[in-house]
Amino acid sequence: MNTEINFCGMKMKNPITVASGTFGYGREVAEYIDLNKLGGICTKGTSLKLKDGNKPPRVCETASGMLNAIGLQNPGVEYFMQYDLPWLRKFDTNIIVNACGSSIDEYVELAKILNTLDIDAVELNLSCPNVKAGCMAFGTSYEGVKEVTTQVKKVLTSKPLIVKLTPNVTDITQPAKGAEDAGADGVSLINTLLGMKIDIDKKRPVLANNTGGLSGPAIMPVAVRMVYQVAQAVNIPILGLGGITTGEDVIEFMLAGATAVSIGTGNFIAPDISIKAIEGVENYMKKHNIENITDIIGKVQMN
Amino acid sequence: MPINQKCKIIKKEFLKDDICKMVISSPEMAKGAKPGQFLEIRVVDNIEPLLRRPISIYNADEQKGELEFIFQLKGKGTYLLAKRNEGELLDVIGPIGYGTFKLEEYKNISIIGGGIGIFPLQELSKRAKQAGINSKIYIGFRSKDLVILENEFKQVCDELILTTDDGTYGKEGYSINYLKEDVKKNNPDCIYACGPLPMLKAIQSFSKEENIPCQISLEERMACGMGVCLGCAVKYVGSDKVNYKHVCKNGPVFNANDVEI
Repeated sequence: MNTEINFCGMKMKNPITVASGTFGYGREVAEYIDLNKLGGICTKGTSLKLKDGNKPPRVCETASGMLNAIGLQNPGVEYFMQYDLPWLRKFDTNIIVNACGSSIDEYVELAKILNTLDIDAVELNLSCPNVKAGCMAFGTSYEGVKEVTTQVKKVLTSKPLIVKLTPNVTDITQPAKGAEDAGADGVSLINTLLGMKIDIDKKRPVLANNTGGLSGPAIMPVAVRMVYQVAQAVNIPILGLGGITTGEDVIEFMLAGATAVSIGTGNFIAPDISIKAIEGVENYMKKHNIENITDIIGKVQMN
Repeated sequence: MPINQKCKIIKKEFLKDDICKMVISSPEMAKGAKPGQFLEIRVVDNIEPLLRRPISIYNADEQKGELEFIFQLKGKGTYLLAKRNEGELLDVIGPIGYGTFKLEEYKNISIIGGGIGIFPLQELSKRAKQAGINSKIYIGFRSKDLVILENEFKQVCDELILTTDDGTYGKEGYSINYLKEDVKKNNPDCIYACGPLPMLKAIQSFSKEENIPCQISLEERMACGMGVCLGCAVKYVGSDKVNYKHVCKNGPVFNANDVEI
């Protein structure tokens, strides 16, 4: 039985990674699980300079999900290079750095630095809904995604580039095509869905930012649908995510067309959820006599 | 160091219609627990409700290998938790928080709690008593029918001042006013506080005026309790060069002067 996959040139021991913003840079969760078992780690969204993030409250629970408006709080790329990367590199897993910026120049400057680091890939964050500038502002159109991706690709010459897409669009295949046409090596989807929760006693939104990104099992059917649509529209591989909590969920995403997946919000409810999902995938393979996990990618048959 | 464990529910008891006390078995967590720390409890092994519930440790019994926690039934999570039965296994992460109540070398302390904010103060008070520290505890409730744990707190201090806002039990008025009066006389080395935000704000500004060290326990909406979601942010104004710290990792207890609440 073989769970190995190749995603954008990265060899992964299994298709399971952990999603950006749900795993920090690995240190905290490493107290609970063996990071060597993961196919990859998508780091916390990292910017050129330190970002403070938004005012609290930043999170709240919703039906089978949650809203967040963290605002990309992170220590900046210099700190990551010095403090987190050498530590993370000790593990036998792929390091995918989620890169965010508020202007094209910032993305390009950051990409120049990332190009020189000992990392395995860059995930271009064009989809965070919780910051005033950049990110999702670039990610909602074919042209926007194509423009940023083209500029980043010019300087990011030695690492695979995965573009992370927002679901807050009418047609997800448009930004996906923008990424492909600009030379992206892969796309990841979906980031969170923009939502709002109101405190009916205070008659105000719960989040200080008013709106936030919806994640968790509640969004999984939307994500699976979008992965399927994108798989029909582009030829680059897909990292699928959105609400995964079990091995069965992973299989759904792969059948829809994802080559690899990320577990995000699930990490918050159980630090070992990714390890259990890997076991769940193996159980499915045994049950269905699947020799190579790659055999199921995109194999959903439509009614 | 926090761990993730399935812990057996040893005992469940309702102190009031809407206040539940649980005792769970975990020799590892009971051994490592520090005053002020909390647990992240998965109320059911399901995806609804999705997130764990942060609940403070009321008492850690290292000898028995048990932890006690008390919670108010406020929403769907706590209602479901209160329905769990003795003998069942509860998925718990804990003990959480590197910022805990610290007794330092103090000889004379004041501890103040309001409403359900008194729960994490029991472990602190117990440790202070064990260490032979002179302590005065002020616990305040809105009204007589909300008064709980009077005897339990009496046993772990030198003097208990119990107040109700409406004067239906104990002394009348806010507990902080009694603390303020006493401070001028007994000059405590440190004030420890947990309770509603207006109370904490009042304690914060009072301790600053009087220049008395003050440790306050904060809460903020959180998702993970592990320091990765960065949800439970607190505005930090202390000496470290950051603008936000996090309740689950850096707290839940902070020096009152270091945070903006």
